[in-house]
Amino acid sequence: MTATLDAPRVRLRTKGKPGGVRIVGSLAVVCCYALCAVFGPMLFRFDPVAVDTRNRLLAPMSHTSAGDLVLFGTDQVGQDLLAKMMQGARVSMTIGISALLLSGLIGLVFGVLAGYFGGPLDSLLMRLADIQLAFPGILLAILIAAVLGPSVTNVIVVLSVSGWVTFARVVRGQVLATKRREYVDATRTLGARHWHIVRTCILPACRAPFLVIAALHIGDVILAEAALSFLGLGTPVTTPSWGTTIASGRDLLGTAWWISALPGIGLAVLVVAFGVLGDALRDRFDPKLAGR
Amino acid sequence: MLAYLVRRLAYSVFVLWGAVTIVFVVLRVVPGDPALVILGPDADRAQVAQLRHSMGLDQSLPVQYGHYLLDVAQLHFGTSVRLGGDAMGQILLRLPATAELALAAVVFAVTVGIGLGVAAAARPNSWLDRLISVFTLVIQSTPTFWAGLVLLLVFARQLRVLPSEGAHGWQNVVLPAVTLGLGFLAMVTRLTRSGLLEISHEPYLSTVRAKGLSERVVIFPHAMRNALIPVVTVIGLYLGSVLGGTVVIETVFSWPGAGRLIADSISYRDYNVVQAGVILIAALFVVVNLVVDLLYGLIDPRVRLGGDR
Repeated sequence: MTATLDAPRVRLRTKGKPGGVRIVGSLAVVCCYALCAVFGPMLFRFDPVAVDTRNRLLAPMSHTSAGDLVLFGTDQVGQDLLAKMMQGARVSMTIGISALLLSGLIGLVFGVLAGYFGGPLDSLLMRLADIQLAFPGILLAILIAAVLGPSVTNVIVVLSVSGWVTFARVVRGQVLATKRREYVDATRTLGARHWHIVRTCILPACRAPFLVIAALHIGDVILAEAALSFLGLGTPVTTPSWGTTIASGRDLLGTAWWISALPGIGLAVLVVAFGVLGDALRDRFDPKLAGR
Repeated sequence: MLAYLVRRLAYSVFVLWGAVTIVFVVLRVVPGDPALVILGPDADRAQVAQLRHSMGLDQSLPVQYGHYLLDVAQLHFGTSVRLGGDAMGQILLRLPATAELALAAVVFAVTVGIGLGVAAAARPNSWLDRLISVFTLVIQSTPTFWAGLVLLLVFARQLRVLPSEGAHGWQNVVLPAVTLGLGFLAMVTRLTRSGLLEISHEPYLSTVRAKGLSERVVIFPHAMRNALIPVVTVIGLYLGSVLGGTVVIETVFSWPGAGRLIADSISYRDYNVVQAGVILIAALFVVVNLVVDLLYGLIDPRVRLGGDR
């Protein structure tokens, strides 16, 4: 009797591919954020230079002097925090996705070159990767950002330059594992050129690990952007990202906690979603990558 | 072992040279004119020309690079524009405070992380295991400076049990060290758990169990020794992030260390200090990784024989 009772649960666990629920759930959260980032600023106008001194530092769920409900409260110049956060979602996600694409592209090109051609080029690129890893954490990003100065483009450049190494290493490993396979040899024997082999044999094999690393990396990029903005090296005040908003509330922690706390929670939820997505994709496509 | 040591040492020197070169490229080549960066956009031409000359910027890039390497080798990083005095000296003066903070953070992360990892691995897929894995995911996804602000808000402003800033006595180190160690804590917890689970079915552990020893003895001296190998590697790798993280965390907690000095120097365009700090941290990181690699051989004798990497 107990066996029959337990049976459905067991079947549910083993049914289908692993991580399905987590992938759908986390993608749903990411999509909500994307929708807020795209449509939010259209519905709730945010003016970075507007000042409304009568409605400064209103607590969440209170009403402005005009009688409007401010769900997340207002900041020190009387702006609606929800509108500011949706604008921030736009800035932070644009930076995150752009930096991800750029560093992914650099890493993919370098990784394929190193793994496919090997030899001195491989040594050169991998030594370069080792050297870059001598800069701990976001220190290299801080250094470059300090020299370039704060702007959205600069943040994207900085985070791309400091983020390519993981992609390059993973792609290189995958290329090395693939290029000696029989079907690649067969293609080569049939007279295919390097570009053809890379395009039809090598790149498809890199797709799964690349996606996994991308999902795990984008959270790091968003966190790094927030840290740079907190130090005043990220986005300028006129295009407030989440990091900028959190930093601006730092001196008002005692009186208006929500200015720092709410954007931080918003950011953390998104990064958790990306983390869950990355883990689930890894479980499904590439269990070997566990621990990276 | 000696050959391995020499090769590993030579490689560290190479990586360090590369790091120093990257700093040169970033500071001298990328921005165009460092003299303009230092003086700001409204400086007049004569001023800029004079500073360029005194900084040696009117010479060719290879000559500048040669001078730069010589200076770095002698630990000359110029004077601090803001504080006066030797730039490296200023960094070294604040380094003990940073070391204290980093050490406290690592001790916190390793002790609590191993504890949580063992607790999670003892009963895989139990509610405790799931709770711990959610906890590590959340702290890995939280910006550290924000976590610091929340801890400040709760423990320093609301509960008033710990001081909010400064560095006098052990109470002051608690909040910044916990904040700095959070990411590392998550990493250690995950690795300890997966390391223990991976080896839990090794035959030698069955032998230990068959001898009738308690599960505590099975885990602590026997299983841990092997499960700790990945943890030790990650301590080395992660110590770098901890050092990099001090720039942000020391700013949040007004901790008088090298990280905060770097952050302050950035906003005052005091690039000699920034350069000295970044190079020193990179050098420390390279040394730590070297030490970890060598320690690795002590913990896992299998590595010693297969020294070829």
